[in-house]
Amino acid sequence: MMTITEKIIAAHAGLDKVSPGELVMVDIDLALANDITAPGAIKEFEKIGVEGVFDKKKVVLVPDHFAPNRDVDSAEQCKYVREFARDREVENYFEVGQMGIEHVLLPEKGLVIPGDLVIGADSHTCTYGALGAFSTGMGSTDLAAAFATGDTWLKVPQSIKFNIDGKRKEWVSGKDIILYIIGKIGVDGALYKAMEFTGDTIEGLSMDSRFSICNMAIEAGGKNGIIAVDDRTREYEDGRIDRAYVEYYSDPDAEYADVHNYKAEDIELQVAFPHLPSNTKGISEVGNIPIDQVVIGSCTNGRIEDLREAAKILDGKKVEKNLRVIVIPATQKIYQQAMSEGIIDIFIEAGTAVSTPTCGPCLGGHMGILAAKERCVATTNRNFRGRMGHTDSEVYLSGPAVAAASAITGKITGPADL
Amino acid sequence: MIFNGRSHKFGRDIDTDIIIPATYLVTFDPKELAKHCMEPLAPNFADNIEKGDIIVAEENFGCGSSREHAPIAIKGAGISCVLAKSFARIFYRNAINTALPILECAEAVDGISDGDDVRIDTEKGKIENLSTGITWQAKPFPSFIMEIINEDGLIGYTKKRVENRDV
Ligand code: SF4
Repeated sequence: MMTITEKIIAAHAGLDKVSPGELVMVDIDLALANDITAPGAIKEFEKIGVEGVFDKKKVVLVPDHFAPNRDVDSAEQCKYVREFARDREVENYFEVGQMGIEHVLLPEKGLVIPGDLVIGADSHTCTYGALGAFSTGMGSTDLAAAFATGDTWLKVPQSIKFNIDGKRKEWVSGKDIILYIIGKIGVDGALYKAMEFTGDTIEGLSMDSRFSICNMAIEAGGKNGIIAVDDRTREYEDGRIDRAYVEYYSDPDAEYADVHNYKAEDIELQVAFPHLPSNTKGISEVGNIPIDQVVIGSCTNGRIEDLREAAKILDGKKVEKNLRVIVIPATQKIYQQAMSEGIIDIFIEAGTAVSTPTCGPCLGGHMGILAAKERCVATTNRNFRGRMGHTDSEVYLSGPAVAAASAITGKITGPADL
Repeated sequence: MIFNGRSHKFGRDIDTDIIIPATYLVTFDPKELAKHCMEPLAPNFADNIEKGDIIVAEENFGCGSSREHAPIAIKGAGISCVLAKSFARIFYRNAINTALPILECAEAVDGISDGDDVRIDTEKGKIENLSTGITWQAKPFPSFIMEIINEDGLIGYTKKRVENRDV
């Protein structure tokens, strides 16, 4: 009797069974780092003194945070990563022009598949759990060691089950569901634990929405988020990958630290107020909050479904005149898809700025930094103090529907109130 | 290791954007990072640190991003050890991997005020408030973590594994 998370860890540790709390060495299927975390990993890797990385296909390097290069310092960091990729013949290095935000890019490229065990020097590595894989964020030094050895140590986490049943309200997406859950359990509600999402509401969600949910497991302190493989996952992987994959399911008698049951009918569009993702309110309780900027993008909500939702609302409308609205498709492929569907036209006609893929404003890097006292509605995943710029600026987290509706009115608004 | 210093108290959910704001993540130099350590909450934090001082915080210290710059900035500021009620998972790993001593002990956090003189013995997990004379016992590290720390962090440990062909 094991959970899906325990089964994947056991398989990668070469054991029949693992239990929560146990410390195990596991083989990894993929090791990821970006332009901020890779330089540290590379520097440490060089100290270990191995010939090369453990597997040229299983190391992924994506310059996406301050790329295209924000300034001289970030240019130097990207250069360092680029040269390492070249020297060590890392096959999965994605240059500006081919790159996207890492957590959207990797599944899109078919680099992560169900049953994989993936570690990344980025906290939102937990995103890939939507594919029925175990993935978790670590630090640069962990990655340095993994680049050399192809394995890492893990403490087997306890699992918490989140069961969501029922029909979703109009416009409610994966982002609203995960914000609602974080609002209920808090930013450390799942500390060190696996968050397993089940129920017919989850089964009815698109892959894009499932990625949004698992992406934010870390915002509740979770080690990983995970959703079991179903037909929608198989359809997503069809034609995308060249490896066979294993499907793991939790046993009916698997043990959970806790089980939470929610009804989709109770979940309205959500907004997380500053300065924690757990400060959530339903859209009906938000009140009058004027804003200065809207950002639609990031590894949480920069996917095609998000852009389609936003475009549905912005179609034929104009952005409120005192507002800056920035739209960032998460990958080149999504950008192109949005163009061919006429979505980019809708955005530009509405008066938004559309950017090449980058993390950019999500972490206060570039492309939309906030001044003191400014407020932003963002489809990103963190609204910590100063996250998008000045310490006295404010970030309100939402899904794409609220972000797009707010872009039209200049204050936090749900699509029903347009 | 035994550390002796003044306590600097923080609340719960001290996130990595407070410990070191993202815009400064263009270096791994401890001294550079230290200049901006805790900036959103306590500008010039490092200027008020005497070598050996200790951070004492409530639950979920270090939540947020995976940036290893966070423990490096704290160490660079002259902090010898972080004592908290609990740590965010990635920060916990990063601290061990970069050899920043950390301890979890809720009772000790409640029993230490800002500015108290504190002595911590990391090996034994013993925490002593010299200002009040009260002592506490924290959970000692599991053995594999001691091994990593004894090899001066994960890189030293991995180097040894590679040398012993244990990979
Ligand atoms: S989009 Fe934001 S949260 Fe996602 S990887 Fe980039 S900086 Fe991190």
